[in-house]
Amino acid sequence: MGLFDFLKQGLAKTRDKIVSGFQKLLAVGRRIDAELLDQLSDAMLAGDMGPQAVRGLVDEVRQAWQAGQLSEAQEILPFLKRQITSTWGDVDRGVHFAPVPPTVIFVVGINGSGKTTSVAKLAWWLKQQGKSVLLGACDTFRAAAIDQLVIWAKRAGVDIVKHKPNSDPAAVAFDACDAALARKVDVLLIDTAGRLHTQEHLMRELNKIQRVVQKRIPEAPHEVLLVLDATVGQNAINQARIFSEAVKVSGLFLAKLDGSAKGGIVVGIRDQLDIPVKFVGLGETIEAIAPFDPVAFVDALFEGL
Amino acid sequence: MFDALTNKLGSVLTSLRGRGRISADNVREAMREIRTALLEADVNVEVARKFCDDCTQKALGMEVINTLRPEQVMVKVVYDELVGLMGPIDVHIPFVSKPPTVILMAGLQGSGKTTTCAKLARYCMQRGKKPMLVAADLKRPAAIDQLEVLGTQLEVPVYVERDHQNPVKVCRNAINDARKRDRDVVILDTAGRLAIDEEMMAEVAQIAQTTSPHQIYLVLDAMTGQDAVNTAKAFDQRLELDGAILTKFDSDTRGGAALSVKSVTGKPIKFIGVGEKLDALEEFHAERIASRILGMGDVVSLVEKAQQSFDAEATAKTQEKMAKGTMGLDDFLTQLDGMRKMGPMKSILKMIPGVGAAMGNVDLPEEDLDRIKGIVHSMTPQERKNPDVIDASRRRRIAKGAGVEGPEVSGLVKQFTQMRGLMKQMAGMGMGGRLRMTQQLANMGMLDGGIPKMKKGTTKYQPRKTERKKRRRR
Repeated sequence: MGLFDFLKQGLAKTRDKIVSGFQKLLAVGRRIDAELLDQLSDAMLAGDMGPQAVRGLVDEVRQAWQAGQLSEAQEILPFLKRQITSTWGDVDRGVHFAPVPPTVIFVVGINGSGKTTSVAKLAWWLKQQGKSVLLGACDTFRAAAIDQLVIWAKRAGVDIVKHKPNSDPAAVAFDACDAALARKVDVLLIDTAGRLHTQEHLMRELNKIQRVVQKRIPEAPHEVLLVLDATVGQNAINQARIFSEAVKVSGLFLAKLDGSAKGGIVVGIRDQLDIPVKFVGLGETIEAIAPFDPVAFVDALFEGL
Repeated sequence: MFDALTNKLGSVLTSLRGRGRISADNVREAMREIRTALLEADVNVEVARKFCDDCTQKALGMEVINTLRPEQVMVKVVYDELVGLMGPIDVHIPFVSKPPTVILMAGLQGSGKTTTCAKLARYCMQRGKKPMLVAADLKRPAAIDQLEVLGTQLEVPVYVERDHQNPVKVCRNAINDARKRDRDVVILDTAGRLAIDEEMMAEVAQIAQTTSPHQIYLVLDAMTGQDAVNTAKAFDQRLELDGAILTKFDSDTRGGAALSVKSVTGKPIKFIGVGEKLDALEEFHAERIASRILGMGDVVSLVEKAQQSFDAEATAKTQEKMAKGTMGLDDFLTQLDGMRKMGPMKSILKMIPGVGAAMGNVDLPEEDLDRIKGIVHSMTPQERKNPDVIDASRRRRIAKGAGVEGPEVSGLVKQFTQMRGLMKQMAGMGMGGRLRMTQQLANMGMLDGGIPKMKKGTTKYQPRKTERKKRRRR
């Protein structure tokens, strides 16, 4: 199932409830005026795109309108979609595989963003791509996080390296690297404990995991995916920025996109930081994952407004 | 984030500088900034708009206190309104006389329900209750294990039925079990669910119907964006919430979701989660969250302190003198004293948006202020009024009286003369202006001991001595 089908399915749940204010706003025949631009701004703000990005986008609409490129309300939506998708342009959204396996992927994020589930989905997806996968259960802190990953590993049909709860996550990562090298797997997925970006010692711990992993696999990690909850607000920008300082975040995994929130924050993040969205999570089942598709995403984003 | 907004508010203050009294234009301009602040704090866009409209009305109808700058009055209006909207807060859990008190916890996936259940159990224990946790999340892998681990840590029994697929039955059985085991609080940890998931919402509604919980709390991630209102609304419609618990408040989120939830459902925020440890559950304080949403530091308490510390009459008089450029060192002392009454210099400056950042790490030694005071106190009334009369002989006498070196006295006088010019320009600016003056003083190096070079540690201002002198002169 493609991303768009998934999104549509998700939206189908809401379609009855949400009166699409956005569609009404940009009704056929309405001329653009200052009031419309204000309403447009509000609608986009309601989608979590953030004051800064929204101001920029509305300014672009206003300029195009004043330059005579736009005059009808119905022209706005295609214009906006073009603007947003063009900022994502040809950014490399593929997974960076190491020239010599194993490719090491860190999955990081704040508590409850959906890391463990996303790791499982990634394992499943990578297996579909014909890769052999090993999981490293480095969330040794949260109660039963290891058990949770073990269950997922079974469902995905992949192996897992784990220690006891409360052991040193860096040690688990080290052992996982050894195992990955010994078993010659293609991809090692490291699930880390949820940590708030404001907790410096935990950010240092993340950095330590990286240093320890590099002792075995010097180029690692080849990818660091930050998992963001689609319902998250403007704080996500801080999250992305601060996580990037500890470990170089190479992509975003936008989880829980099957809810009523459509992850508009990634537009705001794109506006301020140069981190591409690589995957989206669309449900609780293991196959509910898709590579990010800007056009489908923006369509769904505006359909939800 | 916090600093960014503080600076921005600082620049609004600057942009309003010198415009005199509050006007419709003033209000509109500042309101735009405040609206942006609210949006950046993730307050729902509808809520923010209505809120700003209300505040504009209030601000326009306000009498402006003479000594306060219009924008400061407005910030206070906004702040009070925020606090009013989020309060009144009732953080106590109404335990029933016929136990067990049943508490149902619901929320989205990853909002922190399981951890919060454990925290709440601990909270109940501290109040002499015997709670029991119920693992009704049969959906997420290992959710039951997680609750069991937490239960063991707290030494609280956890009700588990591993073979069951039906959370409604599990909850019902759990309550019966609690009665038998004499547990007086039952906390139901339900699975995370999306508000738009019909099936799952129906399920939690059924749990509520079957168990008729005494309290139903929505657990919400404090970092939630605009969608917080939809979630709160949907859960409230299905469950008739009694309140909400906001989690992950120890992040740098500004927590606008709190305002959204309150204004959409009318239900209070009861607690906030402030850490991963099980004791990290705090009662909700509207005041703190209001400051946080506005990201404005303590402007409000500054305004209040200013109201208390400055005698409005005396200030008006000084202001007049400032405008005419006839201000003397005595008036300067009054001003300094007024500010010092508000608290240590450094903390006052930190409270002013924009100033905190501008000041950077400038050191403001309190003792230098004491030395300035000492020097002024060693002058005759005539010298204080008109420092130009101070010649070499007078300077020697003053220096001796204050226990400082001669150049320090001339440094102060020079500084003061410069400052008087500055004040003339700034006259009529009210409180804000005068506080900004302090900033300028600091820039001029006066307060960090720059120009009137104070040799630290040689002599100290001795209050008692000067007080005596003062009395003698009278």
